[in-house]
Amino acid sequence: MTQSATPDIATARLSQGQLAENFDDVKPVLDRKKALVESSRCYFCFDAPCQEACPTSIDIPNFIRMISTDNVRGAAERIFEQNILGGMCARVCPTEILCEDSCVRNTSEDKPVNIGALQRYATDKLMEQGVHPFQRQASSGKQVAVIGGGPAGLSAAHRLAMLGHDVTIFEAKDKLGGLNEYGIAAYKTVNDFAQREVDWLMKIGGITSKTKTALGRDITLENLRRDFDAVFIGLGLAGVNALGLEGEEMTGVLDAVDYIAKLRQAQDKSKLPVGRKIVVIGGGNTAIDIAVQSKRLGAEDVTLVYRRGPDQMSATWHEQEFAQVNGVTIKHWAKPVRLIGQKGAVREIEFEYTQLDGDGKLMGTGETFTILCDVVFKAIGQKLVKDPVNGKAHETLDLAGGKIVVNDDMQTSLPDVWAGGDCVASGIDLTVQSVEDGKVAAIAIDRYLRGKNR
Amino acid sequence: MADLRSNFVGIKSPNPFWLASAPPTDKEVNVVRAFKAGWGGVVWKTLGENPPVVNVSSRYGAMHVNEQRIIGFNNIELISDRPLEINLQEIKKVKRDWPDRAMVVSLMVPCEEQSWKRILPLVEETGADGIELNFGCPHGMSERGMGSAVGQVPEYVEMVARWCKQYTRMPVIVKLTPNITDIRGPARAAKRGGADAVSLINTINSICAIDLDLMAPTPVVDGKGTHGGYCGPAVKPIAMNMVAEIARDPETAGLPISAIGGISNWRDAAEFMSLSAGTAQVCTAAMHHGFKIVDDMVTGLKNWMDQKGYATIEDFRGRAIPNVTDWKYLNINYKSIAQIDQDKCIKCGLCHIACEDTSHQSIAAMRVDGKRRYEVIEEECVGCNLCQHVCPVPECISMVSVDTGKPYLNWTQDPRNPLAKAAE
Repeated sequence: MTQSATPDIATARLSQGQLAENFDDVKPVLDRKKALVESSRCYFCFDAPCQEACPTSIDIPNFIRMISTDNVRGAAERIFEQNILGGMCARVCPTEILCEDSCVRNTSEDKPVNIGALQRYATDKLMEQGVHPFQRQASSGKQVAVIGGGPAGLSAAHRLAMLGHDVTIFEAKDKLGGLNEYGIAAYKTVNDFAQREVDWLMKIGGITSKTKTALGRDITLENLRRDFDAVFIGLGLAGVNALGLEGEEMTGVLDAVDYIAKLRQAQDKSKLPVGRKIVVIGGGNTAIDIAVQSKRLGAEDVTLVYRRGPDQMSATWHEQEFAQVNGVTIKHWAKPVRLIGQKGAVREIEFEYTQLDGDGKLMGTGETFTILCDVVFKAIGQKLVKDPVNGKAHETLDLAGGKIVVNDDMQTSLPDVWAGGDCVASGIDLTVQSVEDGKVAAIAIDRYLRGKNR
Repeated sequence: MADLRSNFVGIKSPNPFWLASAPPTDKEVNVVRAFKAGWGGVVWKTLGENPPVVNVSSRYGAMHVNEQRIIGFNNIELISDRPLEINLQEIKKVKRDWPDRAMVVSLMVPCEEQSWKRILPLVEETGADGIELNFGCPHGMSERGMGSAVGQVPEYVEMVARWCKQYTRMPVIVKLTPNITDIRGPARAAKRGGADAVSLINTINSICAIDLDLMAPTPVVDGKGTHGGYCGPAVKPIAMNMVAEIARDPETAGLPISAIGGISNWRDAAEFMSLSAGTAQVCTAAMHHGFKIVDDMVTGLKNWMDQKGYATIEDFRGRAIPNVTDWKYLNINYKSIAQIDQDKCIKCGLCHIACEDTSHQSIAAMRVDGKRRYEVIEEECVGCNLCQHVCPVPECISMVSVDTGKPYLNWTQDPRNPLAKAAE
């Protein structure tokens, strides 16, 4: 098989109508009838395993019972009390490895209660009404800086505002939302939901935001610590891991994260350049998201290559299946070894098969294969950009394993600085974990600030 | 193969499943559809004197529980609102066309001898197999001195039954109202009046729901509602108790009973028959699902009887009656305790929280190697059965007999009973 020297990268591979269909809500909200049927399946377990499996400890049986009695507002309040981004989490949580995986219905009939869909039903209903169910406590007069307007920062800000503190969010990008706005696959969060959720969250009051304000460029940790009573860091992981191969700068070798951000912000998806043959390298949700979205933008062949097996992929089995039914080919046990280009554009990529050696260490087998491609997406993980947090500050934050070190209260090595979300090692890098981190930190900050009052 | 043929006070039918007097039996078209589907008989919807009654819109209220449609259902419909002649013509035609099916006609006329004397020959002329006296409807007609207004006064029950026996050769079934404190009163009265059988229960007075927007009971008729007759699966326990009370009352024991009340499948029918019912009348289940349900009733009952070795209904009819007793004769020394099958347990914890919050704190919630485990604390368990009922897994919790080494002892003999007779 031969191919032309020029890569086939084109816009408008699909009609507007087809694109609209491909990027429509992948799992539409339940209607009342479906919600009642599904809610009736919940056993209302004592010491419910689903609640324990939820990083934000939502009282799931309780909110489902409320849905079953048409007390939808009560259900939404119980969700939001624990997880202010319960609307987004209902869309993006990998429930198949969290609450739904632990549902006792799995044992009895291999079919869990569809908790995610019920959560979305309740949260959407309340948000549609424009109702914000919480009120602020009396002002404490304290000021807290939140660095990063992603899920962790928003969660911390909301909880702090509720507890009576004034919050300023500093966000490097144009909009708040973090990965909710720039990262999640488009069909999971349609109709500008991320921004609507931010607007709804801000109705609590007491939160101001400064966008296009980056730590290390426009603000410093040192100054924030001077000007505010406490600081929360929810920077996320702004850096992208490189393959470490020659030729990574060639045309057509792209960071999946950047492309997804462009896709999410695109007013007209037909204007996005899309390769005909695409190779995705990685095994996480970003890899799945770029692979499926490429397919839905009209790419002909999308091959996702991961260096280990399906069980080691951080994308869940559900996500892997989703990619497969979307026509993505997944190849396991192969690692990229060479990018082959012509005239500065990538045309082929060579992989070496891998296996585990006797000690369980990954090694190449020496055998190789190549895949023709117009575009290669790198989706092999993100990393913390360290300079702003420990580059020039007088006092630096302790880091370990490329993440900010925190205690159980999400407090860093600096007594007035807390951190949460993907930039700390609190658990899995999930939206729901970030929300929990922000909540835990906010409660600890509140204790700290009130202690100072005395 | 079990033989389901029924001969109830001389009324023969190919099976004991009859449609009860209600909307499904109001017209020829419905009844013919029912017979085509396999129903053994019908009790034609209640006929009254001309001019016919007038009905309202809407007529039904319903109880839905946890997405289970219609566990109970009530109606405020009156008796047949069609002219008497039309009904009689259709009854005659259907009986002629379907001679092997039971055709019983329900009647309700004013509590006056002349009224009954007038209508009975008209019904007899149709060739109908029997009559059922509607002394049960708790709504509408009762305000006019009929239906349950008669059924609640044993003297009236006896009197009307006697008139009917006097003025017709047809078997007389008295349909009893449950809206009474002791069902044995009207049953005894029916027997004294010479009735061939009783049928029960008619519907229970009820308000099914309040529409909280309209602030009115359902069904709402132009802003207002009224109490109506409750029926369906939810009333079966009440009906079974009443049937059993009549069957084990020395005065009425042996009086043929046609059971009515929430019968939805063959098992319900078999249960009523074990309490001595001869036929099973059905309404709500048919109104919910259509006439085809009789197929399961007939085949299910046959299959169960074959499995048990019962050739005819008489082989098991009334067999549970000797085991229905008064509380005071239950064995105080008998003990059972709950046992959880850990392999079947899905760890929902419902047994624990029910016992812990509302009963005897005898199911422990444990974590073993981080995994949930629920265990019965045998010393504390009183064998109340609550856990078994709340458990969502079939056969996961069972009640196991414990040998106490003590003999049968009932409350009348128990020394702890201050009124017990001295045990010599």
